[in-house]
Amino acid sequence: MKKDQASAVPADTGLADAEVERQLTTIWGSRPGFWGAVASVDHKVIARRYIVTAFIFLILGGLLALAMRLQLAQPEARFISPDRYNQIFTMHGSNMMFLFAVPVMEAIGVYFVPLMVGTRNIAFPRLNAFSYWVFLFGGVLLWLSFALDTAPDVGWFAYVPLSGPEYSAGKRADIWAQMITFTELSALAVAVEIVVTVFKQRAPGMSLDRIPVLVWAMLVMSFLVIMAMPAIMFASSTLILDRLVGTQFYNPAEGGDALLWQHLFWFFGHPEVYIIFLPAVGMVSTILPAFVGRPLFGYLPLVMAMIATGVLSFGLWVHHMFTVGLPRLGESFFTASSMAISIPAGIQIFCWLATMWAGRPVFRTPLLFVIGFIATFVIGGLTGVMVASVPFDTQVHDTYFVVAHFHYVLIGGAVFPLIAAIYYWFPKMTGRMMSERLGRWAFWLIFIGFHLTFFPMHLLGLLGMPRRVYTYQPELPWAGLNLFISLSAVLLALGFLVFFVDVVRSWRNGLPAGPNPWKATTLEWATSSPPPSYNFRRIPVVDAREALSPNDGELAVASGLRTDRRELLVTSVVEALPEARESSPRDSVWPLWAAIATAVMLIWSMFSPWAVVWGSIPIAVTLIGWFWPKGSPEDES
Amino acid sequence: MKLRCLPLALLIMLSGCSTAQSVLHAHGEAAIALKNLIIFIAWVAAIIWLAVVGFLTFALVPRRNHSAGPDNRSERTMTIAVATATAATALIIGILTVASFYTTRALNSGGNADVTVVVRAQQWWWQFIYADHDQTQIFQTANELHIPVGKTIRLRLQAVDVIHSFWVPSLAGKLDLIPGRENTLTLRAERPGIYRGQCAEFCGLQHGHMAFAVIAEDDADYQRWLARQRLDAATPTEAEAIAGQGVFLAKQCAACHAIRGTSASGSTGPDLTHVAGRRTIAAGLLETTRGSFAAWIADPQTLKPGNNMPMVPLTTDELRQLSAYMESLR
Repeated sequence: MKKDQASAVPADTGLADAEVERQLTTIWGSRPGFWGAVASVDHKVIARRYIVTAFIFLILGGLLALAMRLQLAQPEARFISPDRYNQIFTMHGSNMMFLFAVPVMEAIGVYFVPLMVGTRNIAFPRLNAFSYWVFLFGGVLLWLSFALDTAPDVGWFAYVPLSGPEYSAGKRADIWAQMITFTELSALAVAVEIVVTVFKQRAPGMSLDRIPVLVWAMLVMSFLVIMAMPAIMFASSTLILDRLVGTQFYNPAEGGDALLWQHLFWFFGHPEVYIIFLPAVGMVSTILPAFVGRPLFGYLPLVMAMIATGVLSFGLWVHHMFTVGLPRLGESFFTASSMAISIPAGIQIFCWLATMWAGRPVFRTPLLFVIGFIATFVIGGLTGVMVASVPFDTQVHDTYFVVAHFHYVLIGGAVFPLIAAIYYWFPKMTGRMMSERLGRWAFWLIFIGFHLTFFPMHLLGLLGMPRRVYTYQPELPWAGLNLFISLSAVLLALGFLVFFVDVVRSWRNGLPAGPNPWKATTLEWATSSPPPSYNFRRIPVVDAREALSPNDGELAVASGLRTDRRELLVTSVVEALPEARESSPRDSVWPLWAAIATAVMLIWSMFSPWAVVWGSIPIAVTLIGWFWPKGSPEDES
Repeated sequence: MKLRCLPLALLIMLSGCSTAQSVLHAHGEAAIALKNLIIFIAWVAAIIWLAVVGFLTFALVPRRNHSAGPDNRSERTMTIAVATATAATALIIGILTVASFYTTRALNSGGNADVTVVVRAQQWWWQFIYADHDQTQIFQTANELHIPVGKTIRLRLQAVDVIHSFWVPSLAGKLDLIPGRENTLTLRAERPGIYRGQCAEFCGLQHGHMAFAVIAEDDADYQRWLARQRLDAATPTEAEAIAGQGVFLAKQCAACHAIRGTSASGSTGPDLTHVAGRRTIAAGLLETTRGSFAAWIADPQTLKPGNNMPMVPLTTDELRQLSAYMESLR
């Protein structure tokens, strides 16, 4: 990092716009061809890859869900063997949580945080490329194991001792644990990038109280990732140690403890829900104002509520363990803390309702999904209050009631906003509009299909149907509801099909979008759609919370960044005052090689602990290549 | 419950069933208290949801005389509205928290247990050990827990292999059985009946077939049942059953199963001393009949894939004799 000293360096000051664009394209663009694409460290390219991959995992996970619904449509069905069924529900949960929900939310952050804070690339762009490859390899590992009929079958929570060496022979539980390591590694990398980007790369003038709500959401989410993931990484590593080298962390016969696993898992597992949900809060808060024609009401309470949610989310993991027989005082504390988190959630809902109340709604597809989100998520939140009560939970824990609850929270609370976000930002990412007609079809099919599928599950749970059973007996009064749910699931799947058809069709020949089709006020709309590789011709200067106020004329910009190398503006954390110009790494294939070396080491380590020793050598080699200094003289001083 | 699902709920409740496994079909002291709490919270939740969606609808309906821009007055109104709603949220969850605490306290009324049973859960069946009074009269049964109505039952919950969860929704909330720990569940049935229960924590391949029944009967019936269970197995009298006993003792069966009064004393599988007196075999999978015995012994891995009972090669005659013997063990 170095202050501007040489006046002779080519900067964008004084150059004509077209000339600036030409020079920036040369320096920021990726080389053509396969290797150029693979080496790209453009946050938009990587985020697009992330999003597409995550949606492919969503489709695969959805197909697994349909397979389960086929099996459960009638009692004692034999479409799927218990062994395969256990693999399927384990895959469904692990896939949706680790390969879809968290990555897709982070990917939206990777795409939009740099654009929304007005910078040219994410911090640590090569790490960003690395994180994508690691995520991809982890996902491929899991799905390959499923194709080979050796997928994990111990649930996405992998409780010991069932997942331990004694009751889970073979490599299935190891594959689960290593898949966790892959995805956590990539999630941590992205979280660090987002935190640094938000803190140090904001456009001049974007002080803390002018940060867009989505960026706040991504920032809080990233801190949750950084604090929650170590617990699960420790858990999965100790599980592998128990299984591979004979440690006894979880073996009660040797002084280990089966409940230690659950504490570690849920210390991560509960914040995980908010890692998925908080970005959705940011999306809704960003989308809503564009469709009610007024700024968001309650910026400060919303941001505070998100931070409060993040803090509280670490104090309620025990509500997943209300039936393990913990002391009553402890349980009471976790009842109170679990219920308390509904206060910040309530604040968020009330602020959105107030915004709608004061505005003039325009019922486009994104708004429909936001409305659907509120109607649905409130049910999920209320059932969340129910399961927060210890006595209530002893009846519904591990039943279909809980299955209903968390699908209301995760689909209603996160996927609905995500689809709204896709409809909202699709024009930004592709330059084309999605179809309003198909969008309405998708909304009504998904909304109705969702409720018909998941609402009856509350009832099934109260009628005594446990989760994770591969079948049930005909004498139980569950068959009718299960058949109804299975048929409704087809409707829901149809809704998603319409959505995907719309995405593919619009990508190829949607109507041109123009730079700002929704008259939105955040900075990502201050550049062309899709954005150029350098994001902004000149770095925007922010003087209000609504960066693109319609009353303003031309957007103020800062100049002075060099055009002959990749350079970013570094600003101060609180006020976003310009501090320095910093070079940004060029494209490189080394992150891919490093990810391959890491993947080899992690997969090999399922078979031999020595892999950690020998496998780290190629990783070291690739990291040397990655960090090999090729800087300009200015960087070396 | 949301209103549009009410007819559905009614339909299911009206259809009824003799062996209930339902939170809403509460006949135990604890389950009744829990059902009251559940219905209370569900009503509160339904009202809140209707209020939110009602306001959402109101906010979205096009209105006349409405300025789109933020003017101070409406900003102030909105602040008051949001603050009030937040305060109401805090108040409601405070009430629900207190209601929840009181229910928990009511559940743990304590007192001495009239009957204590050791429950040992394992992949994928339930072992119930009655070791209450005279140490010489210890007996055990499988997948069927008999209790006297109106008495306080203490269950000492232990796990043999992995984590399981003991759940009879009509009598009480669930509690896990965890290797290396012991949990204690207290329950009391208020009415005679057969209450179905099922493992509620994922425990491997046959988690779906790990059911049991709690049979609550009045004291006289319970005492009769106890007296019978304490007896050794009946000596077979029919020729076929006698031959079946020979098969049982000669084949691998006795390595895993015990039958008191014979030399069979295996302990990894269920005790079969009075197996034919139980309503079901294979943890709720099949009704106890001679045919079920034959089907189960002939090929347990097709009926319950992955369970720990191997297929023992038997001739047709041996199978028939063995089934007859099993059926005689009342």
